[in-house]
Amino acid sequence: MKYLDEYRDAATARTLAGAIARATTRPWTIMEVCGGQTHAIVRFGIDTLLPPEITLLHGPGCPVCVTPLEILDQAVAIASRPDIIFCSFGDMLRVPGSQSDLFQVKSNGGDVRIVYSPIDALQIARENPTKEVVFLAVGFETTAPANAMAVHRAKEEGISNFSVLVSHVLVPPAMEAILGSRKNRVQGFLAAGHVCTVMGYTEYEPLARKYHVPIVVTGFEPLDILQGVHMCVLQLEEGRAEVENQYVRSVRREGNVPARALLAEVFTVVPRKWRGIGEIPASGLGLAPPYAAFDAARRFQVDRTTAEENPECISGLILQGIRKPQECSAFGTKCTPLHPLGATMVSTEGACAAYYKYRRHETPPAAPARRAGGTGA
Amino acid sequence: MIDEFALQCPIPLDNNPTIQMGHGGGGRMTRDLIERIFLPVFANEELAPLHDGAILPPPGGRVAFTTDSFVVRPMFFRGGDVGSLAVNGTVNDLAMCGARPLYLSAGFILEEGLPIKDLWRVVRSMGSAARAAGVRVVTGDTKVVDKGHGDGIFINTAGVGVIETNLTIGPPSVRAGDVIVINGDIGRHGIAVMAEREGLQFESEIASDCAPLAGPVQALLRAGIEVHCLRDLTRGGLTSALVEIGEGAHLPLRIQEEAVPVRDDVRGACEILGLEPFSVANEGRFVAFVPAAQAEPARVTLGEGARVIGSVEAATGEPVFVRVETALGTTRLLDLPSGEQLPRIC
Repeated sequence: MKYLDEYRDAATARTLAGAIARATTRPWTIMEVCGGQTHAIVRFGIDTLLPPEITLLHGPGCPVCVTPLEILDQAVAIASRPDIIFCSFGDMLRVPGSQSDLFQVKSNGGDVRIVYSPIDALQIARENPTKEVVFLAVGFETTAPANAMAVHRAKEEGISNFSVLVSHVLVPPAMEAILGSRKNRVQGFLAAGHVCTVMGYTEYEPLARKYHVPIVVTGFEPLDILQGVHMCVLQLEEGRAEVENQYVRSVRREGNVPARALLAEVFTVVPRKWRGIGEIPASGLGLAPPYAAFDAARRFQVDRTTAEENPECISGLILQGIRKPQECSAFGTKCTPLHPLGATMVSTEGACAAYYKYRRHETPPAAPARRAGGTGA
Repeated sequence: MIDEFALQCPIPLDNNPTIQMGHGGGGRMTRDLIERIFLPVFANEELAPLHDGAILPPPGGRVAFTTDSFVVRPMFFRGGDVGSLAVNGTVNDLAMCGARPLYLSAGFILEEGLPIKDLWRVVRSMGSAARAAGVRVVTGDTKVVDKGHGDGIFINTAGVGVIETNLTIGPPSVRAGDVIVINGDIGRHGIAVMAEREGLQFESEIASDCAPLAGPVQALLRAGIEVHCLRDLTRGGLTSALVEIGEGAHLPLRIQEEAVPVRDDVRGACEILGLEPFSVANEGRFVAFVPAAQAEPARVTLGEGARVIGSVEAATGEPVFVRVETALGTTRLLDLPSGEQLPRIC
């Protein structure tokens, strides 16, 4: 398949894996930020091609996983109302809130629809003027521009029966929260290629300097990830801490300027709670005051009550790279994709779900290796 | 045999263009529907008496019996429709038992307001599929439900076939060392239906692979292949078939990812939608488990497109898994999807 097979070539993968092994002289711990990268690493077994000194940790970049229970509960409350058509990306439907999920709402007679784009939800609003159409706007900087465009168009066209339940999150503040933690093990990052396609990578440069940590903007195919690891290892071995761009076929330093302008117009930076991690200051996007009328939470006056996570779940530690899925006592026993206890098992891109799906035949790894090599966090 | 191209929809559209509750009431309207829609298409001597059931001769061997219900939305999609699916689905279940399909029943649940021209199109498609598969629809039933209580048309078919081989075909017959042969490329049916349902446009048109499988299975048996197990790759696709057979046989399986044929346009659609081609539904694909020595004759018998995709390993005492060797030379598990496959956010 053109534009994909080139990035899955076995011979090149072996060459890159060999180059990584030759460059590595001591243990290094690298975190891939994005859930899409986690999924590719586990699906293609990329970590098994790496020398034993390299540990890959799986970061907080799965939008389904980090959407807080409160937002899911609000979504369920809004979708359950009789006058609502509730639209969402498919994989949010089976994510459990504290009581119920959107599939349950649908089976109880709620009008819950899977759409492929928020623009489709806007079209549903145009076609159903007597109904209120709500779109669940979750995700990172990647999905935010399309959601911003839907709200922008709704305002321009005066479509008053459309609103969005917003829970957007931003990558750099989450990376800073991890780096600033006393328990941090991460020595280098593979930054999320598609987030940087939108945002560029200038905002990662201060992070690399402040925490002396290499950050390599990386794509999602096996060869992208191997090359990203190689670039990161070279920096670590040479004592450099720079932002480098592996994903040059998609990412420019300044990002997608019109998309960034649209985000700045429609959204404003807000504090955001991350499921499994907690509230991180200035880590989310909410609707800017001129667009506040399109805020579904405000329009439908749903509660913002706090919901409790299952205490057995260690997904917060997994999202911060402190633990790996198979180190959890509930993994694969009490907690499975059909009956997830928490965030990282609910989405196919969650680290626990990926390990369950592709790796549960393996014996649990030994206790995590002690951190070696200081990065001056 | 009637000439299907000469058939026109026999119920005047301007007079009675949609299904009414009365069509399921057992009176004159029901009779009208049967005599003008079903009988001309399914015409055969077992159905003709319109008795409460069909009376059939003994088939001359062990009998395979199966049933399946068809609720696909949309009713019509590229490469097939609910009618061809309802015939081939049941024919293929019989074929997977090693049987030669003989007779089908057809139960229709119609939603009030269904355009009769749509019913006519579905029934004619069933007629064509039945003739192509060499089966006869010998008994049937029609019910009508209130508007809003169905999805246009639901069809249940049950089927009877005769088993003319002495082989016992099923997971318990699978042996370590068997090879797994697939009869063609996977994923087209699921993508075709999803594209139609969701209004997705791809550069090339992906049509369902909906087809009867009794022919290729009978060809394997006639060629003297010692078939140990057969499974069609419908819901859950290749993934569900392999995981279920592995568990049923209590033996681990190993698949070479690169050996499984997936068309480029299907792979592309799966990449865009975040779906796993191995888990996408098919309606004309199956796997055969055969002794390694017969791998090549089995593949040749199944014709162009057939491939050997993996093998059965010896029991190890560990839990039974299906392992996939990836193109990169690494190994991963093949696992049942948790529920419906859902398109991902990003």
